[in-house]
Amino acid sequence: MTTTTVEAVGLGKRFKDTAALDGFDLAAESGTVLGLLGPNGAGKTTTVRILTTLLSYDTGRAAVAGFDVAKDARQVRRRIGLTGQQTAVDDLLTARQNLVLFGKLFRLNKSRARERAAQLLDQFGLADAADRQAKGFSGGMKRRLDLAASMILAPQVLFLDEPTTGLDPAGRREVWDAVSGLAADGTTVVLTTHYLDEADRLCDRIAVIDHGRNLVDDTPAGIKRRMGADRLEIVAADPADLPALEGVVAAVADGDVTVDEAGPSVSAPVKDPVPALTAAATAVQDNGITVADIGLRRPTLDEAFLDLIGDPNQQKENGQ
Amino acid sequence: MTALAPLPDETLAGRLRWTLHDYRTIVGQEFTHLIRQPANFAWALGFPIVMVLLFVYVFGSAMDVTGQGAGVDYVAYAMPGMFAMTMAFGFMNTAMAVAYAKEKGMVDRIRSMPTASSAVVVGRNISDTIQAAGDLLVLFLIALAIGWRSEGTLWETLGAFALLIWLRFALIWIGVWIGLLVKNVEAAGNLFALAFPFGMVSSVFTPPELMPGWLGAIAAWNPVSATATAIRELFGNPVAAGTSWPEQHALLAAIVWPLVITAIFLPLGVRRFRNLGR
Repeated sequence: MTTTTVEAVGLGKRFKDTAALDGFDLAAESGTVLGLLGPNGAGKTTTVRILTTLLSYDTGRAAVAGFDVAKDARQVRRRIGLTGQQTAVDDLLTARQNLVLFGKLFRLNKSRARERAAQLLDQFGLADAADRQAKGFSGGMKRRLDLAASMILAPQVLFLDEPTTGLDPAGRREVWDAVSGLAADGTTVVLTTHYLDEADRLCDRIAVIDHGRNLVDDTPAGIKRRMGADRLEIVAADPADLPALEGVVAAVADGDVTVDEAGPSVSAPVKDPVPALTAAATAVQDNGITVADIGLRRPTLDEAFLDLIGDPNQQKENGQ
Repeated sequence: MTALAPLPDETLAGRLRWTLHDYRTIVGQEFTHLIRQPANFAWALGFPIVMVLLFVYVFGSAMDVTGQGAGVDYVAYAMPGMFAMTMAFGFMNTAMAVAYAKEKGMVDRIRSMPTASSAVVVGRNISDTIQAAGDLLVLFLIALAIGWRSEGTLWETLGAFALLIWLRFALIWIGVWIGLLVKNVEAAGNLFALAFPFGMVSSVFTPPELMPGWLGAIAAWNPVSATATAIRELFGNPVAAGTSWPEQHALLAAIVWPLVITAIFLPLGVRRFRNLGR
């Protein structure tokens, strides 16, 4: 049986004249990873700050690990970990000193704090750098130390606000592995991100937020499915073959056929992707046409995202 | 996975005990910084030391504070002023440290933890006060080296140092408030332009009587002057105190001023800290 570990209902928060959150709902089942996705200023960080007791809210209610974040902040704080947008580690201290410091501030006694620090240093692959000052660490190492610090109490819920922003690919992978490992161990993770590949890879569910409101709440696959069907695409080797290919695609299409002279390619949405691909490939062969490429294109989460929120750049251009 | 619950703190006594534990932890962190960055400590002291050398050896020979000729007894006059000035300027370091902790997300991290949220502010004050005592000790040794002596009794001398630390303790609350108020470390650093006249328009280097009337009045009422005048009396002052009320009642003013500052800025700092979540 699953339980809802993080729940927000009708959350509203105003900053002066702007509504940062405008009736936002959120729910994360225990042991899952929930992605909070949206453009800059959509309300992602505001949501995380409210759920981690750092910010008050005006309307609605929010509970984390069964406790109201406004009324029972103390209880919530004992059950959560937070990795904010900045790496909040003490640069002057060594990795170990940082973890012992936070252990003590999480109110573990000295020996438990030391013990836990050693465990986490191993778990996050920092054992070799344990006694070096954090200021000499790479971005990825610092982020891992930051994550380790938010894991000291092995929290029920871990909040990550853009955990991989500014990291190189290797650093991102390190953080992803750490997050996946935590979720596999039963921690509920709520993370915000701009990166769709990150959400696609880590999240069980994705809540898309814009202007402080819910746009979609679905699985990554579900969000992509909302974008519509898979498309069959054939790239011609010779533009002269385009009319013939248009016929091939039209025979299996489930919608309008698009001919792109520049491609040169022909594409169309298809209902049953694999049989359609097989049929088209057979037809191409039977007609003796040589093609550069034939395949199925799935909409990426990026396309789904832009489709949902509208291309902000385009909006800007239209606005001018 | 079994969650590592923090130790219980449900009773009032338990919460108090843990709060003190949190303060100790933060103070410990600050001292680790000092050990890691001795250069910062040296730089913080560099300013008063340079001022001592400038005023005593460069300007001092031209200063006539006793009316008996330039340079006479200037060291005896200026040294207590220097102590007071060091206490007065140091609070800017507090503002910068608080602004830095806020900017780097350290304050938020601690606020999201079961740690007593006052630990950031109070721990800061305790460690900065202890550091101020260290500053004073070093400056005291330098003063002895250039020939300054306290003419007061041991108790008067100790009392003077207690007044100095009392002044800094109060000013640290202003530093905490400013640190929480400003956007970033840079903004906190810019406020040094305000702290400078606050330290200088006082009886630190020159008796207020020698300034234009209106400026002299401001200088006489400056809390830094109150402490400077009071400790001059305790150290055995060669210069007769001015005739204004705060100068005639310097000891009282040196006790009351910091109390007033604390009464205003401690609540302001605490309120500002709470409002971080608004």
